[in-house]
Amino acid sequence: MTGQAQSHAWSSHKGAAALAAPPLAGKKRQAFDWRILLGFLLPIAIALLWEAAVALGLAQGRLVPPPSRIAATLLALAETGELWTHVWATLWRILIGFVIGAAAGIAIGAVSGTSTTMRRLLDPTLQALRAIPSIAWVPLFILWLGIFEESKVALIAVGVFFPVYLGIAGAILSVDRKLVEVGHVFRLSRTQLARRILLPAVLPEALIALRSGLGLGFMFVVAAEFMGASEGLGYLLVDGQQMGKPDQILAAIIAFALLGKIADSLLVYGTKPLVRWQDTVRERL
Amino acid sequence: MLNLEHLSKTYADGTRALSDINLSVREAEIVALIGGSGCGKTTLLRLIAGLDRASAGTIRLDDEVLSGPHPAIGIVFQEPRLLPWLTVSDNIAFGLDGVSAAERKARVAHALEKIGLVEHADRWPRDLSGGQQQRVAIARAFVTNPKVLLLDEPFSALDAFTRASLHEHLLGLWEETRPIVVLVTHDVQEAVTLADRAIVMQPKPGRIFDELSLSLARPRDKSGLPFESSVRRVLSALDQSLNPPQKQPQREKDRQAAALWW
Ligand SMILES: Nc1ncnc2c1ncn2[C@@H]1O[C@H](COP(=O)(O)OP(=O)(O)O)[C@@H](O)[C@H]1O
Ligand SMILES: [Mg+2]
Repeated sequence: MTGQAQSHAWSSHKGAAALAAPPLAGKKRQAFDWRILLGFLLPIAIALLWEAAVALGLAQGRLVPPPSRIAATLLALAETGELWTHVWATLWRILIGFVIGAAAGIAIGAVSGTSTTMRRLLDPTLQALRAIPSIAWVPLFILWLGIFEESKVALIAVGVFFPVYLGIAGAILSVDRKLVEVGHVFRLSRTQLARRILLPAVLPEALIALRSGLGLGFMFVVAAEFMGASEGLGYLLVDGQQMGKPDQILAAIIAFALLGKIADSLLVYGTKPLVRWQDTVRERL
Repeated sequence: MLNLEHLSKTYADGTRALSDINLSVREAEIVALIGGSGCGKTTLLRLIAGLDRASAGTIRLDDEVLSGPHPAIGIVFQEPRLLPWLTVSDNIAFGLDGVSAAERKARVAHALEKIGLVEHADRWPRDLSGGQQQRVAIARAFVTNPKVLLLDEPFSALDAFTRASLHEHLLGLWEETRPIVVLVTHDVQEAVTLADRAIVMQPKPGRIFDELSLSLARPRDKSGLPFESSVRRVLSALDQSLNPPQKQPQREKDRQAAALWW
């Protein structure tokens, strides 16, 4: 399960996917389904009602600002460039934490999924550590790593690590023995078996694990930024609370939601060609 | 020439799946292994394929003693076992790693033509029917030009019509290189359609009960008298294997009943 082997198999998938694309593409392209827009109806209706209520003086809108004021705050933050500083700070922390946590999760998950001895050795300890709510590490991380970036990244990495570790180890353990036998019949070496059978077989579940890892990364970045930061969307939240600016809090929440959704979509669509062969399962996600 | 000598297999839990199997298969011969479930047919194929180890005895292919998967031995399992992330043509090419790209392409194209799936070359296995998937599995085993091809009830999950067409595809591929074929089946018609020889097996422990020669001219006429009589011969041997004569004085009656049932 080296990085090299991984990239190799990934590229060969892309090749296979590209080959298969033409005959499938024609069939798959359908007319846009307008019913998807139905999902927007409820939030838009609520927003318009609240906007109207505040505009008509039925509600004050001080604690729950109307959408127009939230939009104005967001716009102002964006114009001064302040928003991008915070977004960038938050994204950077998530990225570093995610890469560290996911890399460790993949490596240790692969080891514990492929070797029974290593699993007996590692898994009980990791399961015990998993039982600790990750936020509980915060004081220790601050003592060890200081109050700056390192402790925040460490917290995010821990949050990302566990779902990735569990997902990878579980995916390897559940690889169909019958397909592995096909590899034996064609006398694949251990590395060939890993690259040509195990890796593609675990790929779908591995991507799901990375997705939940990323989701947890977004959760933990908020916690990390709560514990004292001078920039980041989490800082905007704390600042908005201390300064009594609910519109800033809501603007930050909306920014979080958008970023989270964009990051998740990038992961899903960026890896889609790798698992096109089973996209039926992904459509249900 | 494939030789099995005193082959036995006892599983870790003490199940005696095979006991003292002796069998010689000539070049280009198609042998059918027939018997109820639990006779050790799958076990026997897995031993020859090198997927399991025999408890005793040897497997010899042209004077070479086999001890593990061998390039000259191909197997088609009861399920297609295609790799879902590879297209049909990549699945067929799976065992052709040591072959040049041009040669690989040519062999895959030829195999696709032989199994009649040229237009499905770039599809995923999930888009194929069960019968088409099994054809791909057969092609995957054939393209490496094995000397011995093992088939473990490869058609049992298919309807009779699909099965008949797969028999033709199989014989078409077989004609080209004429490998030894060991075909496991519980379908007497299938055995007589394809095989030169039927080996009837008995369970507990798995052993060979009887051998029948089925040397009919190919292509075989399934409605002809020789075919019918071969089917009847195999059925009666199978019946005897289920009801050993010394314990069953009423053998004749039972045989008729069994023939009806089959
Ligand atoms: N891995 C195994 N461990 C223990 N017993 C097994 C195993 N595989 C098969 N058997 C037993 O060996 C006998 C022969 O099985 P098998 O070769 O599958 O028969 P067949 O293919 O003729 O139905 C059966 O009694 C079966 O239960
Ligand atoms: Mg069987």
